[in-house]
Amino acid sequence: MRLLIKGGRVIDPANNLDIIADILAQDSKISRIAKNIRAEADKVIDAKGMIVMPGIIDMHVHLREPGREDKETVATATKAALKGGITTVLAMPNTYPAIDSPENIESLKRIIKKSACANVLIAAAITKGRLGKELTDIQACKQHGASAITDDGASVDSGVLFAGALKKAKAGKLLVICHSEDKKISNNGVVNQGLISTRLGLRGIPRASEYKRVQRDIDLAKKTGARVHIAHLSCKESVDIIAAAKKKGIQVTAETAPHYFALTEDALLDYDTNMKMNPPLRSQQDLEAIKQGLKNGIIDVIASDHAPHTENEKDIEFDRAEFGVIGLETELAAGITELIDAGLLSWLELAGKMCLNPARILEINKGTLSAGADADITVISPDKGWQVEKSGFVSKSRNSPFLGRKLKGVVEYTIYEGRIAYKA
Amino acid sequence: MSTVWDKKDLLGLENLSKDEIGLILATAESFKEVSSREIKKVPALRGRTVVNLFYEPSTRTRVSFEVAAKRLSADVINIATETSSVKKGETLIDTGKNIQALKADIIVMRHNYSGAAAMLARALEISVVNAGDGWHEHPTQALLDIFTLKEKLGRIQGLNVAIVGDIAHSRVARSNIWGLTKLGAKVTVCAPPMLIPVAIEEMGVNVSHDIDDVLKDADAVNVLRMQFERDGGQAFPEQLEYFKNFGITKERLSKLKKDIIIMHPGPLNRGIEISSEVADGKHSVILEQVTNGIAVRMAVLFLVAQGQDKSKKYETAD
Repeated sequence: MRLLIKGGRVIDPANNLDIIADILAQDSKISRIAKNIRAEADKVIDAKGMIVMPGIIDMHVHLREPGREDKETVATATKAALKGGITTVLAMPNTYPAIDSPENIESLKRIIKKSACANVLIAAAITKGRLGKELTDIQACKQHGASAITDDGASVDSGVLFAGALKKAKAGKLLVICHSEDKKISNNGVVNQGLISTRLGLRGIPRASEYKRVQRDIDLAKKTGARVHIAHLSCKESVDIIAAAKKKGIQVTAETAPHYFALTEDALLDYDTNMKMNPPLRSQQDLEAIKQGLKNGIIDVIASDHAPHTENEKDIEFDRAEFGVIGLETELAAGITELIDAGLLSWLELAGKMCLNPARILEINKGTLSAGADADITVISPDKGWQVEKSGFVSKSRNSPFLGRKLKGVVEYTIYEGRIAYKA
Repeated sequence: MSTVWDKKDLLGLENLSKDEIGLILATAESFKEVSSREIKKVPALRGRTVVNLFYEPSTRTRVSFEVAAKRLSADVINIATETSSVKKGETLIDTGKNIQALKADIIVMRHNYSGAAAMLARALEISVVNAGDGWHEHPTQALLDIFTLKEKLGRIQGLNVAIVGDIAHSRVARSNIWGLTKLGAKVTVCAPPMLIPVAIEEMGVNVSHDIDDVLKDADAVNVLRMQFERDGGQAFPEQLEYFKNFGITKERLSKLKKDIIIMHPGPLNRGIEISSEVADGKHSVILEQVTNGIAVRMAVLFLVAQGQDKSKKYETAD
């Protein structure tokens, strides 16, 4: 199988490449990039006027399977991913049961083998049942293919237990992803604490619930030498803490989600439950800090934190509605609209945050168009506008914070392992 | 007055203009006289159905709305629902749609969650009147407070009004702040720091922790009901200490150089936020507030019914 993509603007941050060129893929690997490749191909894509970049790697996705197939399944999530230009997702372990043992990893792998249409990596839980009480068998989880460990949605409150997990992760060379939140400080809040929470009469979540735990997690990372990745940064103080840690040479990477650079707490003024997520939308000042963090490299990764919920779980009173929003099908367009169009990031930088950096953090042979890398490629019409509508989603759920918004950038083709897996 | 009411709902005072608030107050003024007639009834809402949908126990607000609707000749149905059954039972929107399918015209709702009224109003074509949602707003209470103040002092513009008590968890406080500041009053909220919500100054009010200092300049004080059982009592001061430091007592008022009006949304906790002498004394307008509540709620029901008719007309015009 040979696939030739002709005449696109090729973006490959690993090789600092931003040129008009052709790409040839053969048997699921990138063969070469050059101008005017003359080669026989089974399939030729005319990519004139289009962006050609590595397949996106979204390292924060809730597949909901097993256990909550009414919200999403491996099949529907990976199909949605392909539509969003994403070829690899990292599945979070907060399923039912939680992915907290070799057996549960194996059974998830069977589901993936049967129904995934994109690459699915698995994050295992740090503690059994994600309850923060007893460590999982971290080494065994690694041997069975876990790409990272995280208690996702929860932080291990006990510093002693978490330090123990970090030591084991260090010994097993396993990445630790931190949902950095002190729930005692969050105090059952539902929106950012500030003027908006006061106006709405809703319980506020102070920024401190995030950044104090980010600081603790980084302190323990330094102490143990483990490699940590801080998920979904939402506030300025967290960005400052990461910046200081990186300056000191601590092994830490950081991630944010599109809603934290595209939306602020002002979006909550009519109690729209599609704007309810954890951490919450923050202030304009926080949004600017997140953007600057992306610009100056403090924040390495953009990931969706794709969190599907049924309408029944969202179309209720704000306090009772579930936290979380979907993002697979909008994250690229949100990035193009809010970061590239706004002049903040170049295409190379955006591809760094969405492709190359996640690949490096997860240590996979993807996220680049180098010869020999996996032929996962996304072809995008960068200037095409579209309106986000409920009816347009492939995901089983519709809880998008971008509903009704106009975004720019349409995925034309998603190529996974050298084959066209999605076509607009 | 040139202002026209075109809203099908009354959800809060934050989103009303000064003129819209003025229109409600003026309409209430004309309805007040009805309650002093021998036959206390006008046919303004004859043939219309008002449903009181109360998810929180409330006697005074529910009865006040019921009396108001009946004096407008509307048919009234009361539904009281325990909050705990909400979790198992039908959703709020389903309940609302069922009431709409019964061809009711107005839902008056009290709900324990902030934003519930806004959510219901979005989902329905019939009118929704917010009778208190969580900590968010209780617009008719603030309107009747403002109506009473205006009746007593002739104006709102330039008045110094203090709101004392649990500001953080009070929908009455929020609605009063929006209404009073829009009409040009200077508002000070006064409470122990733990009961003052974050960034409240940005809503255009002063914050004080010294009740005697606040009373000195105040033309009127709205004394909020203290609910010490909230949050397991953790974030609350001790009752006696609160009364000592913030209670509205005769001793405190006797030190004042000018007249002051004492309001309270009820029900009273005598000896906790207000002494009996003050509640029953010459400064108190607490029972007048109850009477004025009828006129204000008549005005609101009348106006939202009009607003609903208008929005329907616009739809058919399209």
